[in-house]
Amino acid sequence: VTLKGKPRFSDFNLVPENWGADIHAWLVVFAAKYPFLEELRLKRMAISDESLEFLAVSFPNFKALSLLSCDGFSTNGLAAIATHCKNLTELDIQENGIDDKGGSWLSCFPESFTSLEVLNFANLSSDINFDALERLVGRCKSMRVLKLNRSVSLEQLQRLLVNAPQLAELGTGSFSEELTFRQYVELESALSNCKNMHTLSGLWDAKGIYLPALYPVCTHLTFLNLSYAALRSDELAKLLAHCPRLKRLWVLDTVEDKGLEAVGLNCPLLEELRVFPADPFDEEIIHGVTEAGFVAVSFGCPRLHYVLYFCRQMTNAAVATIVQNCPDFTHFRLCIMNPGQPDYITNEPMDEAFGAVVKTCTKLQRLSVSGRLTDLTFEYIGRYAKNLETLSVAFAGSSDWGMQCVMGGCSKLRKLEIRDCPFGNAALLSGLEKYESMRSLWMSACNVTMNGCRLLAREMPRLNVEVMKEDGSDDSQADKVYVYRSIAGPRRDAPPSVLTL
Amino acid sequence: MSPPLLGVEEEVQSSVSSPSVECISENGMGLKERNYLGLSDCSSVDSSGVSSNLNLKATELRLGLPGSQSPERETELCLLDLGKLDEKPLFPLLPSKDGICSSSQKNVVTGNKRGFSDTMDGFSEVKGYVYTEKSWMFHEAGSDSESPQSVGHGKYPGNSGINVILSTRSPGVQASVKQDEPANVLQEQPRATNGTSLKQTVISNNNTCAPAAKAQVVGWPPIRPFRTKTLAASSKNNDEVDGKPGPGALFVKVCMDGAPYLRKVDLRTYSTYQELSSALEKMFSCFTLGQCGSNGTAGKETLSESRLKDLLHGSEYVVTYKDKDGDWMLVGDVPWEMFIETCKRLKIMKSSDAIGLAPRAMEKSKANNKKEFGYGC
Repeated sequence: VTLKGKPRFSDFNLVPENWGADIHAWLVVFAAKYPFLEELRLKRMAISDESLEFLAVSFPNFKALSLLSCDGFSTNGLAAIATHCKNLTELDIQENGIDDKGGSWLSCFPESFTSLEVLNFANLSSDINFDALERLVGRCKSMRVLKLNRSVSLEQLQRLLVNAPQLAELGTGSFSEELTFRQYVELESALSNCKNMHTLSGLWDAKGIYLPALYPVCTHLTFLNLSYAALRSDELAKLLAHCPRLKRLWVLDTVEDKGLEAVGLNCPLLEELRVFPADPFDEEIIHGVTEAGFVAVSFGCPRLHYVLYFCRQMTNAAVATIVQNCPDFTHFRLCIMNPGQPDYITNEPMDEAFGAVVKTCTKLQRLSVSGRLTDLTFEYIGRYAKNLETLSVAFAGSSDWGMQCVMGGCSKLRKLEIRDCPFGNAALLSGLEKYESMRSLWMSACNVTMNGCRLLAREMPRLNVEVMKEDGSDDSQADKVYVYRSIAGPRRDAPPSVLTL
Repeated sequence: MSPPLLGVEEEVQSSVSSPSVECISENGMGLKERNYLGLSDCSSVDSSGVSSNLNLKATELRLGLPGSQSPERETELCLLDLGKLDEKPLFPLLPSKDGICSSSQKNVVTGNKRGFSDTMDGFSEVKGYVYTEKSWMFHEAGSDSESPQSVGHGKYPGNSGINVILSTRSPGVQASVKQDEPANVLQEQPRATNGTSLKQTVISNNNTCAPAAKAQVVGWPPIRPFRTKTLAASSKNNDEVDGKPGPGALFVKVCMDGAPYLRKVDLRTYSTYQELSSALEKMFSCFTLGQCGSNGTAGKETLSESRLKDLLHGSEYVVTYKDKDGDWMLVGDVPWEMFIETCKRLKIMKSSDAIGLAPRAMEKSKANNKKEFGYGC
């Protein structure tokens, strides 16, 4: 079972904490009616330690637990899972709001336990008992995914790898302590024995001098996640020279345009690129990547179809070039970090950039726009983005007309999330017919009023129209609106701050 | 240390050895051009005899819009003559509401003559100068310097080793030059994990514009809190590494409120507070210095003696440092050896901003003293 709960903007703290999406009620029902449950994958759900304990004891055949961007639990809950799930094959804990009370949970796996294939605890910060981990990895001969947290040292990594050369995906621990020459050689040797490894991540605090130890592994790599390693352009370039088969690459913008040039030069098979900002909130910094880096990648990587790019400057011309080089984009997520920023050379809005994207990339499924945008952008989107399913908009648009174009034109639209845009009731209501065929609509800090929401709720009874008010705001304003279809009617677990109209 | 502030190039070479230095010199732009301190003709200083002239006004750094009123402001500013400063510094004085963008488009003369004024728009001029050379352009959206939309942007050569950090939003916000190094790339300032980030930069004068306003947009840029927390922790680690005592150099960053870039000092090259204080003075005296107005122009010596104490006792500026625990302390309380072991970063702040710092620092140092030296206080 895969369940996704809160609106995506809850990742960015826009959703009140106790909004809902608690898993417990589901577990109770499953335990009664479907105790054979083996796999549970949760995204943006609230899950407590009690729920985890309940899960651990109620489903005897339980095998795989994956928690992404969830919250409400602590490492005690993980201990319960480790203790009771005798057949566990997968424990994947990613980017959650977890209360990390210590690493002893890992020691809760019984000594007789050997079935684990996937273990990802990269996002937990506290130290785990390394001996317990070493023994666990040693006896789980089918382990193929191991993602360590930062507390695991390079030397410890080597010891683990020696016993697990079969690993297909590795997330290293900290990549930065002082190694003796012999330790370095041993590490390199252990890595080179991992012939099946296709995914590499972690590399926290990576020191450039140790990166060459990875070279033997790099030849087979298809996914390299360097988004926690602040590498310089030269360090990345050297590393990428050894990664000809790379299909997915995640980096920090510390690699700068020069690093991205190296991507274009060395990774012709690249299909996905994500560039994250090392300093997203410090606007005084003018470095990171620019349009030049993105263009360089597009010239070298014609198969690129997924991009997430955080930058501080962009031009319409550059985007036009990019999509000309890579017309197969399915996911185009561009975040110009300064809200409402125009083309920095011409000072024009970025309308033509996204116009080029939707005109050229006919397979486009997901689009995130940014920069200064007028309604023209949305006219383009409505007119050309016929396969668009997910659209994210922030600090953009000039009037209701923009959103109306999207609602009228994008027939396959499923998820629309909007923040800080001048779209009001007319825009909201233009989608009246459409929302039932969509998964959800989010509008926050727009010009929608309570009356507009009430009208929507009245006209469309099979929609849940939820309004979240903020403290101190005008009574008539609907600060945050979340609209989704439901055959079960209004939910009963909403907190007082969330009104279902 | 070589005479500081001859220009950015100089600064890079003197503080850190890194590949970025090569990048800089390869950069056809040439750092000598980037002489917003007016030092492009340093060589001509000698010939013009300024250096022997004790022309103190000329040694002041006053930045302002070109063409703006600048009493007595003649020619080159030569910062070789740092020691001769005894004028009141004018560096970050008055907030000026002049549009930043208006200055940015002007290509400030690379030569000697510059119009300076006692205003803080020196920043804008600085930036205009620097970046028009490198084809920067500024947002025209914000002609008001306080407009949240007016952020300076520009191209910079991809392989430039120097990244100058600026904000046009608020005059007086510290601009720092950072070398192209991982440790410097990740900012030291603590950042909130959820998209609201509070500016930690101390605004050195009473500017009314609030650069923090824009930074506090909730949930923007859209990055998951886990990632920002992790990266913040990384940068903290890097800083600790940076200031780690051990054999060899012990470089710590030194910043000064209002100075456009930071410096680094190797604490191991000094053995007393006195030495440190003279070095700091030399580095930063062109930007400002304390109340030396009524002193005569007695020459270098007057300035260096007990300068630090002068700074500490009621002068316009105080020198503070950040210790291992992350607390900001007043320099001078603890024995030197102890100081260099705990000092991670130095900051020259305006006294007015340091109010409240001293008492806590005193308590902490008393506590430390009690613990370590058994003083009975």
